[in-house]
Formats: sequence, C-alpha cells, structure tokens
Amino acid sequence: MLSLEAVSYRYAGAHAPSLFEVSLVLGPGEVVGLVGANEAGKTTTCLVAAGLAPRAMGGALSGQVTVGGRRLADLPPGDVAAVVGIAFASAQLSGICSTVYEEVAFGPMNLGLPRNEVMARTVRALEAVAIPDLAARDPAHLSGGQRQLVVLAGLLAMEPQHLVLDEPTAHLDPAGTGLVGAAITRLAAGGASILIAEQKTDLLAAICGRVVALEQGRVALEGPAESVLADPQLERLGVDPPTSVRLRRLAAAAGVDPSRLEVAA
Amino acid sequence: MIEMAVEELVHTYPGGVRALDGVTLKVEAGESVALVGQNGSGKTTLVRHLNGLLRPTSGHVRVGGTDTSGRRVAELASQVGLVFQEPDRQIFAASVRGEVEFGPRNIGLRGEALEAAVRAALEAVGLAGEEATNPYDLGASRRKLLAVASVLAMDTPVLVLDEPTTGQDRVGVARIRQVVADARAAGRTVIAVSHDLRFVADTFERVVVLRAGRVVLDAAPGRAFAAENWETLRGTGLEPPMAAVIANRLGLDSVATEDALVAALASQAA
Repeated sequence: MLSLEAVSYRYAGAHAPSLFEVSLVLGPGEVVGLVGANEAGKTTTCLVAAGLAPRAMGGALSGQVTVGGRRLADLPPGDVAAVVGIAFASAQLSGICSTVYEEVAFGPMNLGLPRNEVMARTVRALEAVAIPDLAARDPAHLSGGQRQLVVLAGLLAMEPQHLVLDEPTAHLDPAGTGLVGAAITRLAAGGASILIAEQKTDLLAAICGRVVALEQGRVALEGPAESVLADPQLERLGVDPPTSVRLRRLAAAAGVDPSRLEVAA
Repeated sequence: MIEMAVEELVHTYPGGVRALDGVTLKVEAGESVALVGQNGSGKTTLVRHLNGLLRPTSGHVRVGGTDTSGRRVAELASQVGLVFQEPDRQIFAASVRGEVEFGPRNIGLRGEALEAAVRAALEAVGLAGEEATNPYDLGASRRKLLAVASVLAMDTPVLVLDEPTTGQDRVGVARIRQVVADARAAGRTVIAVSHDLRFVADTFERVVVLRAGRVVLDAAPGRAFAAENWETLRGTGLEPPMAAVIANRLGLDSVATEDALVAALASQAA
C-alpha cells in the first residue's frame, strides 16, 4: 500500500507549491495512472511518492506519504530505495557497469540477495522486456529506447512492492511499450502497487484500474480508468483520450455509426 | 531549398555495434519525411550524420548535393538544424532568450533581425513571455519545446527532429505538428524520427522504416500503413495506427489517419 494524504509540496526556491492537497491511495495489486497537461504536477507527484522529494531535493512538504503503513520520511534512504522503485522518462544508468547484464544485476545485488537469486532475477528481467540479446552490450552504446528498457529491467529485477514510473515508455517503440505494460500487469498480479504517469492513454486504458487527472497541482478527476479516460473534461486538461474514445467522438461528430469504429480488443 | 542524400551509409560504433548497415536515402528539397523503426534500429544514428555530429564509417552524406566529409559541424549547422531526443544535451544558456538567440547570433544576426527570429521561434512553441526564465525552471516537456525553438531560430533550410512528441501533452503535440506544417509551407525540408505513428500519419508525406540499420520500407503514409506492410512494421516493433487497422477491416484502402477514416465513412453514408 502506497498512500499520499493531503500532500502539498513546494520546490526549493519556488514561489508557489507545485502540488496542493493531493491524496492518492494505491492498494496491493493496484495500477493507478496519472495524467495531466505538461507541468500539471505528474513528475512532482512521482518524486513525492517515491520519497525523493523533499529528501533528495529539498523543498517543503506537508501532509503524509506512507508506504506499507510506514512514513517514508522516517525510513533510512537505503530502505526507501528497497521499498519503492522509481524510473523516469530520461533513463539514467549507473555509469559504472561495463555490460547490460551487470547493469540489470546491480539493483538486486545491492539488496544483498544470494548470487543465484540475483542471476535468476536478472535473466527474468531481461526476458520480460525482450532484451536478452543486449546482455553483453556496453550500456554506453545503447539507443535511447534500449537504455530505457535496461533501466526498467533493472527495476523489475528488484521486484519492488511499490513502483513509481514517470513516463516509462516515452522513448519506446510500440512493441517495447506493450512489453512494459505486460511487465507492469504481471508485477501487479504479484501484489505490487504501481503508480504510472503517462501521456500514452492507450497504455493506461490497457493496464490501469484507476486513473487520476491532475490540473495545476490539484486532483481534477479520479475514478475507474474507463470513466476518467472517457471524461469529456480530459481534453481540456491537456490529455489526449485513448484511441477508442477519440474514434467514437469523431464518428459521432461526423454522423457515422460509432459501432463501425469499435476498436477490436 | 536543400536536398539531403545518404548513400550506402554505414556506421559502426566503437565496440563494434553496426548501427547503420548501408542506408541509401534521398530526401528532396521541401519534402517531409518521418523515420520510424524499433528501438536501436539506427534512426538517431542516421540523423546525427545529417549535420556532421557523426561521421560515416563508410558511405556518403550529401547536404545540398555536397559531401559533408571535410565540412565542419559549425558550417553544416547553418544548413541543417537538429533537435536532440534529450533536450538537456543541447540546452546550456541561463535564460530562455539566451538559449534561443545563441544560434542566430552565431550566424551573424543582429538588431531587429535577431529580435524577429527569437520572437517567431518562441511564439511557434508557445514560450513567448518566458524569455527571462531559466531553462531548468521549465518542465522537461517545455525544455524540449525550447530546444525546438532554438533550432527554429536558425531558420535552417533543413529541420531535423529526433522524437519531437516524446513527453508532450496534446497541446505540445499540436504545436509540434504546426511547427512541421509551417516549415513545410516555407519550403523547408523536414526529417523527423518518431515512434508515434498517429503523429507520423497526420503530419508527414513520406514514411521511411528502418530495421537493423537498413531501410525496409519507403512510402507515403497511406501505403506504408496499409495491410500489406503490417508484417514489415511489426517486424520492427511498430503497430499500424488504429485508424489504418479499422479502415482495413471496413474495406477502405490507403486510410492512415483518424480524420480520413471518419471522412471516408461519412461520405459512404451520404
């Protein structure tokens, strides 16, 4: 369980808060999508939920962030990383590993797991995002999308119970995006709580139970994914609805029977 | 008006990864081309050759008919503007204004001409009014738009955009589409890398598909996304746009955009 209770947060040096009284609860096995216009507070929410703000970046936070019932602020930094995983759109590698395999193994190794377990998890994580063939490659010579898949594999290998993903598929091709979606669904089936900020609403429609839409740092919409993603307010909030919703609206506007445009499941 | 051509282009990175495996491609002056393909297919490597940031292991890159070998990046920069996938790799100034005026100032613009270039570029990406802002006080998506503005301000005959819609909300994507439309209307050559096939279908007149460092498909969007090419697309990590899939099911040919799909159905109904 990952929970934000009435969280407001102001960045160090900022005049105004970036989040106002944001509340979110992610139960075990739940995948919650976070949408909103650029600078509506998605990344800030991710930073707060993962315990990086204010701990690692200063600023002022009010309200409560708890993970598994414990206040994130009370945990030592090393424990926070073991409890909540986070990945960003701009994927950063450790910079100290000479192969992709070592890079993916780096996280589970730091958890102090037995060697066999580290190896098994590393292989599983590489397979989950379909990059076993990159295992021997130098991480310094990967494409942007490949780098993002390696970062996600590293995170998956840690098998976190709470995962915060900030546009994890930004640089991925549709196949990679689908693999990440499937990996998220599998983790959630194993009981993990996952928060995912995304512009790709088709992906959110496929994997999320609930969706929260932010507007200027406040929760504007919250509810079951299918109702929030079909909410007429979504476009005003700067969010492109999923393909199925867009097509239904286009059809209605053109006087075409929307059932002819149903997207095959 | 400048055309671009690469001939038998091969690029091997240190460590032996052969990112481009003999790409031949000609882009006419004023044409708009989207480069698509799976992660690691060589798209970024290819566009980094276009302004000389990377040099061919073998083969040739010609800008306006002239081979780029021996030409400096600074010289090519006045002809080919490249916006990086990661804006933070190109942003360096302490203010939005400083960032955008650096390029045009370097190629000799001053006074009112410089003002006009900066103003037009910032307006195009919706950053007018942010001149004094530190780029790192903008969110990542607006920093990307800033990177686009700083290249637009150079008014290069060729505009190259690497994943321009990544991380953009619907307003940001609409701005990028408008930037490409304006560039085309002005006769500029536009080349973009993208995984967003709806954006590609809506915005570009030609689609080039790369797989493992080679060109495997080169066609207009209606044709490129038609059923006969889905296997090729899926073989390189891509999915045809949903509009093309539905159009195919309804027996409509060469329909790649949602607007075209609905228009075709509306005219059938009428």
